[in-house]
Amino acid sequence: MKIGVVTFPGSLDDRDAQRAARLAGAEAVPLWHGDADLHGVDAVVLPGGFSYGDYLRCGAIARFAPVMATIVDAANGGMPVLGICNGFQVLCESHLLPGALTRNQHLHFVHRDQPLRIASTRTAWTNAYDDGQVITVPVKNGEGCYVADDKTLDMLEAENRVVAYYVGNPNGSQRDIAGITNERGNVVGIMPHPEHAVEDLTGPGTDGLGFFTSVLKALV
Amino acid sequence: MIDTVKNAGATPDEPQPYADLGLQDDEYAKIKAILGRRPTQSELAMYSIMWSEHCSYKSSKVHLRQFGQIPKGDRMLVGMGENAGVVDVGEGLAVTFKVESHNHPSYVEPYQGAATGIGGIVRDILTMGARPILVMDPLRFGDADHPDTKRVFPGVIAGIGGYGNCLGLPNVGGEVVFDPSYQGNPLVNALCLGVMPTDRIQLSAARGVGNVVVLLGAKTGRDGIGGVSVLASATFEEDGPANRPAVQVGDPFEEKLLIESCLELFDAKLVEGIQDLGGAGLTCALTETSAAGKSGMRAYLDRVPLREASMEPHEVLASESQERMLAIVTPENLPKVLAIAEKWGVLATAIGEVVEGDRLEILWNGETVVDVPPGSLADDGPVYERPTQRPADLDALQAKELPPYPEATKELLLAMVAGPNLCSRRWVTEQYDRIVLGNTVLAAPEDAGVVRLSEETGLGVALATDGNGRYTRLDPYAGAQLALAEAYRNVAATGAVPIAVTDCLNFGSPEDPEVMWQFAEATRGLADACTFLQTPVTGGNVSFYNSTAGTPINPTPVVGVLGLLDDVARRTPMGFRAEGDVLLLLGDTKDELGGSEWAWSQHRHLGGRPPQVDLAREKALAAVLVTAARDGLLSSAHDLSDGGLAQGLVEAALKNGVGARVALPAGLSPFVQLFSESAGRAVVTVPPSEEERFAELCAAQGLPCTRLGTTGGDALEVQDVLTVGLDALRVAHESTLPALFGPLAGASAALPAGPALPA
Repeated sequence: MKIGVVTFPGSLDDRDAQRAARLAGAEAVPLWHGDADLHGVDAVVLPGGFSYGDYLRCGAIARFAPVMATIVDAANGGMPVLGICNGFQVLCESHLLPGALTRNQHLHFVHRDQPLRIASTRTAWTNAYDDGQVITVPVKNGEGCYVADDKTLDMLEAENRVVAYYVGNPNGSQRDIAGITNERGNVVGIMPHPEHAVEDLTGPGTDGLGFFTSVLKALV
Repeated sequence: MIDTVKNAGATPDEPQPYADLGLQDDEYAKIKAILGRRPTQSELAMYSIMWSEHCSYKSSKVHLRQFGQIPKGDRMLVGMGENAGVVDVGEGLAVTFKVESHNHPSYVEPYQGAATGIGGIVRDILTMGARPILVMDPLRFGDADHPDTKRVFPGVIAGIGGYGNCLGLPNVGGEVVFDPSYQGNPLVNALCLGVMPTDRIQLSAARGVGNVVVLLGAKTGRDGIGGVSVLASATFEEDGPANRPAVQVGDPFEEKLLIESCLELFDAKLVEGIQDLGGAGLTCALTETSAAGKSGMRAYLDRVPLREASMEPHEVLASESQERMLAIVTPENLPKVLAIAEKWGVLATAIGEVVEGDRLEILWNGETVVDVPPGSLADDGPVYERPTQRPADLDALQAKELPPYPEATKELLLAMVAGPNLCSRRWVTEQYDRIVLGNTVLAAPEDAGVVRLSEETGLGVALATDGNGRYTRLDPYAGAQLALAEAYRNVAATGAVPIAVTDCLNFGSPEDPEVMWQFAEATRGLADACTFLQTPVTGGNVSFYNSTAGTPINPTPVVGVLGLLDDVARRTPMGFRAEGDVLLLLGDTKDELGGSEWAWSQHRHLGGRPPQVDLAREKALAAVLVTAARDGLLSSAHDLSDGGLAQGLVEAALKNGVGARVALPAGLSPFVQLFSESAGRAVVTVPPSEEERFAELCAAQGLPCTRLGTTGGDALEVQDVLTVGLDALRVAHESTLPALFGPLAGASAALPAGPALPA
């Protein structure tokens, strides 16, 4: 099973996403923003970082990268796509997911170990968890405040498309939303970093590994 | 009109503004003697920059030579003199690390000053051929409740975070100290460490006639002109900062691309020599590469891509625009170099070539504006043996009696751990990405940052920085040694073997004989201690002129110690972990409260003598901590320093929310035992089953080991003295900085308990 990890100029957690994919048992394939070819991967991760510097809205330029056109098509065809942090922002800018990520309410970058309550286990990236399970993964961002209009928020909750809620909101996200999915459940965007909770030695534990084992199960 | 060499020859008596550029009369005369004529405007700019205190080390050189006498050991691959020292860590890997100051820019413009401080030190590490993998920041500010600290402190923290986070470098430690001595002159030091295969080391020498000089990275603008010659080499006057244009503006995204493109160039072996552009910009890069290669060089300055077309040659040479590197490449490799730069979207321009002879010639639209021997700029700058004089007030200061000792009470403990210098640094560290790259094993508030180098073998490094301006004010020789001893101890506490040192020496004006005496004493102390501990100095930085309106800062040598772990899985964390572990104090506690945090925070008292230095004891303590970690005897280890045993116990208890029951031994009063800052000490916990083996290990090293009690419960209890619940301690410890500088996270985020522990 091959999981592609896109590197945009300014991607920072790309190697970490590759490591997480490997630890879950997949083959990690580096993908380049300027190359529209997905090189036969079965799933794609858009990693954290500051694509193209993110001096405009986060993810606003990455959305136009050649690789993104292919990924949007593949996602619409059902390929599992996970956007972490900056990747979540790119997915929103690409209209694969609704809403937007804005500046944290307190205006600071914040990094801490963050408890999350898993709210949807029907997605390609969360089927290894139990509904309501509380996991701890790091959150680290300056623009992670999830916003959408009330209609969209109601719809996400009604359709069980909120993937995870913050337990203790770190950035002012509406309704404590940490991650969401599309209708089909193959595209997931999550602000905290599951790829940084895959080894006891370097993270707050291994709670994040489930995202990567989930997709391997989904692809079988 | 552009001042050319021809014009300079024709107008020998034209008055030049050398004094405004910071050059002395005799220095200007020496330049004329070297050139046999008056310098051109561009040459004058170059000499003023290269002969500035910041670039030439003219006042410190005679003292820094002592560091060269310290035995190198067998690990040092590149020593002082290059951009950063390189240390062999085995398994075919080498690391390079260095700490630098960006003090004055950070006072003028806190965010950009601190941000570009990170950018600059990262390029120093990159230029050695290494991938930067971590940063740390030792910081000093004025009083925490001073109004201007509200401007400087949050700006500096945001700048460090803004730049480092965007570069994808974990910030794994550092220090924050508040003291009025830094009110008009904060210290913003930045440390970076990088790793590389030993065969990828790059040097700066430009060699090979016909090789091409390529400028990589950002366009050159008018920002930062005068940064090193004016800002870093003179003191602030009373009316405060006015040199805002002399501060550079950073673009971390550009730097990230520069890092990736340079590493790709190194791996493809396309670079003959490389030099970063930092303070002194192109001036420094062109002269250092040609001087190091003993080569001639010709540069066409009009080819440098500019942000502003109206820039004149001396401005292009003096600009400190960030995110630039200078590479020397063969003509055959040039197309490949340009292609890799283009892949990363990095601007690359051939601006010159290595030529026969030994002159650096710089042309501007076909006319020669600079024609100098590069060595005269880089190596032949003035060297001063500045007069030194023991401070007139030192005897009185050392004789000053301490306030009467109080009882050790719960109230005193809570007040101490809530003080700005001892309170939790969460407000700071939560603004830093501490885990990007996925190799951070320990980060602040742990004793040292520990980062994995190899996923296969677990090889890793530990790094700590320390410094205590109060101790150094009271006794510069001992103060510098105590800074080294503390960083050494912090590294050993994680289980790492300390192997090398970098230092950032922050002092007042070298023209003040009393400051120069402090500097001479501190360097002598540091060199002696490094020799004894067998930790050679690999490089560092001197920052003079840290004074405001004639009053110097407390002399503050900041020392960074590098340690090595064969397997990071064996590292020792600082926090108590399990119920029922045995709590032990290693080392001796004496009545040593001179210069202490208690005297300062409770009485604004600075006087007496700092704690005694016992380097043999430090060595024995480190040997025990390292061996015990390797043998898996320890549950936790935490060094004791500022705030003494009380602070150490509180930090270790709060880390994971595990309390302790302590019975202090007979002898010294509970107050002294809890708050004395005697060096050479640590608190450790061991499972009861390992107590005997651990005691034998201490006995073998002659290290005193005192049983203090056991871990467990949700309070810190010191029998017959005080009992405080961990919740109360946590509120006291964590509320101070948010109360002063605003809450970090939304109101809904309550103070969490310590993280759950893996089973």
